[in-house]
Amino acid sequence: MTTKLLTALLLGTSVLGSAGMAYAQDVTLNIESWRGDDLAIWKDKLIPAFEAKNPGIKVVFAPSAPTEYDAALGAKLAAGSAGDLITCRPFDKSLELFKKGNLADISTLPGMENFSDVAKAAWQTDDGKSSFCVPMASVIHGFIYNKDAFDQLGIKVPTTNEEFYAALDKIKADGTYIPMAMGTKDLWEAATMGYQNIGPNYWKGEEGRLALIKGEQKLTDPQWVAPFKELAKWKPYLGDGFEAQTYPDSQNLFTLGRAAIYPAGSWEIALFNTQAQFKMGAFPPPVQKAGDTCYISDHTDIGMGLNAASKNADAAKTFLSWVASPEFATIYANALPGFFSLNSTPVKMEDPLAQEFVSWRDKCKPTIRSTYQILGRGTPNLENETWVESANVINGTVTPEAAAKKLQDGLDSWYKPAK
Amino acid sequence: MAAAPKRPFRWHIVVFLAPAVLVYTAIMILPLAGTLQLSLFRNIDQAQVFVGFENFRRLFGDPNWSVGFWNALRNNVWFFIIHMLVQNPIGVLLAALLSSPRLRFSAFYRTAIFVPTILSFVIVGFAWKLILSPLWGVAPNLMDLVGLKSLFTPWLGKEQYALTTLSLISVWQFVGIPMMLIYAALLSIPEEVIEAAECDGITGMSQFWKIKLPLILPSIGIISILTFVGNFNAFDLIYTAQGALAGPNYSTDILGTFLYRAFFGFQLQIGDPNMGAAIATMMFLIILGGVCVYLFLVQTRLRRYQF
Repeated sequence: MTTKLLTALLLGTSVLGSAGMAYAQDVTLNIESWRGDDLAIWKDKLIPAFEAKNPGIKVVFAPSAPTEYDAALGAKLAAGSAGDLITCRPFDKSLELFKKGNLADISTLPGMENFSDVAKAAWQTDDGKSSFCVPMASVIHGFIYNKDAFDQLGIKVPTTNEEFYAALDKIKADGTYIPMAMGTKDLWEAATMGYQNIGPNYWKGEEGRLALIKGEQKLTDPQWVAPFKELAKWKPYLGDGFEAQTYPDSQNLFTLGRAAIYPAGSWEIALFNTQAQFKMGAFPPPVQKAGDTCYISDHTDIGMGLNAASKNADAAKTFLSWVASPEFATIYANALPGFFSLNSTPVKMEDPLAQEFVSWRDKCKPTIRSTYQILGRGTPNLENETWVESANVINGTVTPEAAAKKLQDGLDSWYKPAK
Repeated sequence: MAAAPKRPFRWHIVVFLAPAVLVYTAIMILPLAGTLQLSLFRNIDQAQVFVGFENFRRLFGDPNWSVGFWNALRNNVWFFIIHMLVQNPIGVLLAALLSSPRLRFSAFYRTAIFVPTILSFVIVGFAWKLILSPLWGVAPNLMDLVGLKSLFTPWLGKEQYALTTLSLISVWQFVGIPMMLIYAALLSIPEEVIEAAECDGITGMSQFWKIKLPLILPSIGIISILTFVGNFNAFDLIYTAQGALAGPNYSTDILGTFLYRAFFGFQLQIGDPNMGAAIATMMFLIILGGVCVYLFLVQTRLRRYQF
């Protein structure tokens, strides 16, 4: 109902606004999305910016609830009533739509050259030949720290593993702060902010991830067990009773200033900015030895594709090319600090914490989470098992080797890499 | 005399039964049959194909499924044992205390103990998560006040304690039900029986053990079976307190959460309605078996007293 009303309002304003133009040839594009939170950004910033440059094309952003999005979109696509532009979830959900012929192949779309292969990987066929969505945003992993605490204790921002543990030891010895705010109750914190955060430095980002998919490496290889071994060392630095500490608990511990370091995803930036009363900084996952190449998890999260049945395909392609442009990236990344544009052209951002995160892209090699592309398909599910095992390793109930073996055995039971 | 006139078909029976039969069929029997049917099919190339007992063979033969299933079943049995050993005896005890004529404010106690039963699982799960939180919970502080801080551990986060803790939370929530049922049974014991016992010199504790307890045994039987069915269908509390993965390390995974993950999927895991239906069928058979054992072996041996 509200969507309809909004559509009517938007149409109304667009008609009034363009009264002087030759509106007979106007084309209206509808965007399907689950990001209802972004409605204001689309309405007030993105769409006006596009329409100003492209007279004759009107755009309507029509989101549905996140939990209903996939089902509603599927039904609309089947009935032929879906919008021209479709917001894409990463990996298999969108790949399935492409295989069914709902999403058009846009590999040759002008603007796609603005994206790296890693950025496009979430919306490509397994062989990487066809792309079907324009990458919009990603989230970056790293550590956010309490700058005041670091200054007070005279700690330098750690860059290597050795410095990292030295800093943690110093914070622990001082006793004012809990060294690291993380709990294992919700499981995913341990996997996403732990394993996938520090892991790329060990398995060398894309190199290891792709070798795993090809079957050339196994999760039991040293470079895949190493992050588990590091996680096992974290236990003494976590707060009392971390086994029952939930994700909101961890966030609160850090923003209340009780913990010094927070293993983070960049999506926290907006929330932390409003809640924390102290200065914050961020550092990328520490490398093993000084001078090593650093790798970061720059995980693709959201994209946009073209409905293959769209009647306004040309206008929609114009819009998608604009989504692929630096202009879109600048507006989007500034409106949503923590959701970074995947565009190769550097985007100027206002938020200092977001700037810090995105600056790592210049010196580190990006990768995506290892358990998502292709490997996240079967049962037992590698991603879910990684949650459980990462938490077990930190709790100290399972050895790193045993955890890695369990994951590899589960993967072997259904995944046969193409030879 | 001529043969008795043929009795007309008694339509009113059909008419009066119809609403209940129709509603029950539509919302219970049809979905149940649908589940059983679904468990015999598999989705192959976007089409449902009949595969016989293949799903059950996988559930018990493939270690990726069977380990999870047996773990969930074991946890569920423990969940049930805790309820039987803690909830029902406490329920009987509370009812016995409440029915004592000398107790003042008994209506207040009765209400206070029964209130958690009508609370939503979401509230109970969330409230207890907060109470037991090692960071802001009241449990660590309260234990500190009486000098027992050293006994506090993050119970919900430890593999060896989490399930027992959740069982006790569930006991806390539902202890009002056995209490109410036993209370009603105790009140229905006629005064004459009690007076006769007193004349024979049976009073106090021995009166409870020798007179009242045998008289309320059928109620205890009913409560046991209700507990059994409720526990093997449980899901909500685990889901709200521990999430769908029933951590840590599946130590709180019961059949309900196992079914949920299989049927609806979780995060990247895609739901598999056929395997889910196979698990649901097993849950149905387990509960059916338990109820049958009770009906045919236990209930027929319970002695009933007519007054």
